[in-house]
Amino acid sequence: MTDPLGPPPKKDPQKRTVSPTRPPEARSRAFLGLSAAAAEGRFALQHCAECGTIQYPPRDACSTCLSTDLAWKDTDPAGSILAETTIRTSLKLYFKERVPWRTGTVRLDAGPVIICHLHGDCARHGRVNLLNRLDRSGQAVLFAVPQERSPHMEDDPQFRAMTSDPKHRRVLITDARNANAPALAQALADAGAEAVFVGEAESWRPNAQRPALEAMSRIAVLPLDVTDTASVRALAGEIGGKTDILVNNARFVRPGGVLARGDTVFARDEMEVNYLGLMRLAQAFGPGMCGRTADGDNSAAAWVNILSVHALSNSPDYGCFSASNAAARSLSQSLRAEFRPSGLRVMNVYCGPTEDDWYQPAPPPKVAPEALARAVVQGLRDGLEETCCGDVAKDLYERYRDNPNVLEREMTLAGDGV
Amino acid sequence: MSETVLQTLCEQISAGGIRIVDLTHTLDPDFPVIVLPPEFGQCARFRMEEISAYDHRGPAWKWHNISMSEHTGTHFDAPSHWISGRDLPDNSVDAIAPRDFIGPVNVIDCSDGAALDDDFELTADVIKAWENEHGTIAANSWVLMRTDWSKKSGAAYLNMKEDGAHSPGPTPEGIRFLIEERDIRGFGTETVGTDAGQAGHHTPPYPAHYYLHGAGKYGLQCLANLDQLPPTGAVLLAAPLKIRNGTGSPLRVLAMVPGDAT
Repeated sequence: MTDPLGPPPKKDPQKRTVSPTRPPEARSRAFLGLSAAAAEGRFALQHCAECGTIQYPPRDACSTCLSTDLAWKDTDPAGSILAETTIRTSLKLYFKERVPWRTGTVRLDAGPVIICHLHGDCARHGRVNLLNRLDRSGQAVLFAVPQERSPHMEDDPQFRAMTSDPKHRRVLITDARNANAPALAQALADAGAEAVFVGEAESWRPNAQRPALEAMSRIAVLPLDVTDTASVRALAGEIGGKTDILVNNARFVRPGGVLARGDTVFARDEMEVNYLGLMRLAQAFGPGMCGRTADGDNSAAAWVNILSVHALSNSPDYGCFSASNAAARSLSQSLRAEFRPSGLRVMNVYCGPTEDDWYQPAPPPKVAPEALARAVVQGLRDGLEETCCGDVAKDLYERYRDNPNVLEREMTLAGDGV
Repeated sequence: MSETVLQTLCEQISAGGIRIVDLTHTLDPDFPVIVLPPEFGQCARFRMEEISAYDHRGPAWKWHNISMSEHTGTHFDAPSHWISGRDLPDNSVDAIAPRDFIGPVNVIDCSDGAALDDDFELTADVIKAWENEHGTIAANSWVLMRTDWSKKSGAAYLNMKEDGAHSPGPTPEGIRFLIEERDIRGFGTETVGTDAGQAGHHTPPYPAHYYLHGAGKYGLQCLANLDQLPPTGAVLLAAPLKIRNGTGSPLRVLAMVPGDAT
């Protein structure tokens, strides 16, 4: 078993905050397919279309038949440990600060032998599953874990270094008025978050979610309006130094495309909240979080955006809202690049229609607040950058991956009527 | 003659014989605005974005871009704000004759009633009782309804419940009395609108907006410091921004009040 991770001690004010260091980032272009899969938490390897060989490490051509027809496919992660060792010193700063560090070789049942990181509970020559995870440089690393869950296994320091686990961390949820705020706050508190701050705009009007939030422990409702730069900066001044995970659930949504609305009033609100709101939060909270990604067990770890899956491909019945989410998704890519040197991770959670007032006339299935909260917590525990909540989002994400232009044509058909 | 009046006016303001009272709330991002059902377009809140502050974005100067609705904060309603006034001539803020922006003001003190009842109503009887004490309201003068509501803040200001907002305002016959019997210039309140919080349930809905603007009269709302005005004898200065076809405007509302010094 793993020693359970206790609550971190209060910070010694005389000690300098440890600057973030990163594991080596350099990889071949072929390797980036593995990192892209890790961003989604998928264990995928190159499968040769001609001879069927499954190969690792990734290359530009098949190591058996030299074919370049290599497809990334989800692969059976089961295997056995061949050898293991513990590294006790390293020339790489990142590892030097974290030794001892366990590594080994694993022979996958699917064929390849892989040098990988080993969880502390992996038995010598034991059976393991390989996880494909992002390290703090944002690149894929393979991590072997026992096939049977061991107690407190998520507290293994090597494992935790690759995830954004909310345990003992302090979380800011940006919109207490969103119908999903209570479920998100509860799920993060249940996942062991030390404190959950929930931002509430316009305290001068009632908030239907407030009684549920106030009934919870370890939760504080604080003033925050993502459309008001001064308000965002004021809250960052208060809690920016102890925000380890930021969950941006602020959303302005109204139905309708361009012609149905005939004006830009709601579209402006959508951009103010969904796009500029994200930018204001990033400008106010981002630098502080980036500076604290190596700050002990409750270091800053992740930035979470909850987006419509129609950020990928517009849904014309919510056409203007989709466009604002596409803008937010594009901005999240810029943030990934800007946060990358610090190791702060941006996770986008894509949803289909949500169970709330603005999708009330939409047919099921819809994403319930509890399901969204589970997806957020699981995504953080898995250290993901991209995750989908619900079948609608998963289906659309797959179709987007398959062929974005075909998906666009499907989404924009006029219909022949009846 | 008028030169002497103006000179005396300035001397009196300097000497304190005439006091200037500011009836305006500060434009603040967190100041309440009217809340409509969310499927309708909403009144934009006041917002301020820094362009530069003596820094790399502009080394020697500080300035902001601001944005808001015509109906944010302490603001003026022109007749074109309401459907009843949409076909009147000169019904927008840029077309109103500037002499209408300065004029005598009557203040009806309803603060005792509003303290007891959030839905306190200004009726014709209340107005007549006030006139018995202070004299008949002169034609072409402003009438302000003092409720001390401007001293409330936060959630108490809109006082929004599940059945809507609860704040004082005039009844349909009360506002009609002021327009039809007294021919006032305009009507002002300390609440978020010239109408009561529950005025949507009157017939017609929002009677102050409906009757005032239908008759070419003006509205002022979100006023402050009405408790510093005398019932009669003060002069109101309320000039909206000159916005083309504007239906209203945030503005600085001042009152000239007889002072203590002579």
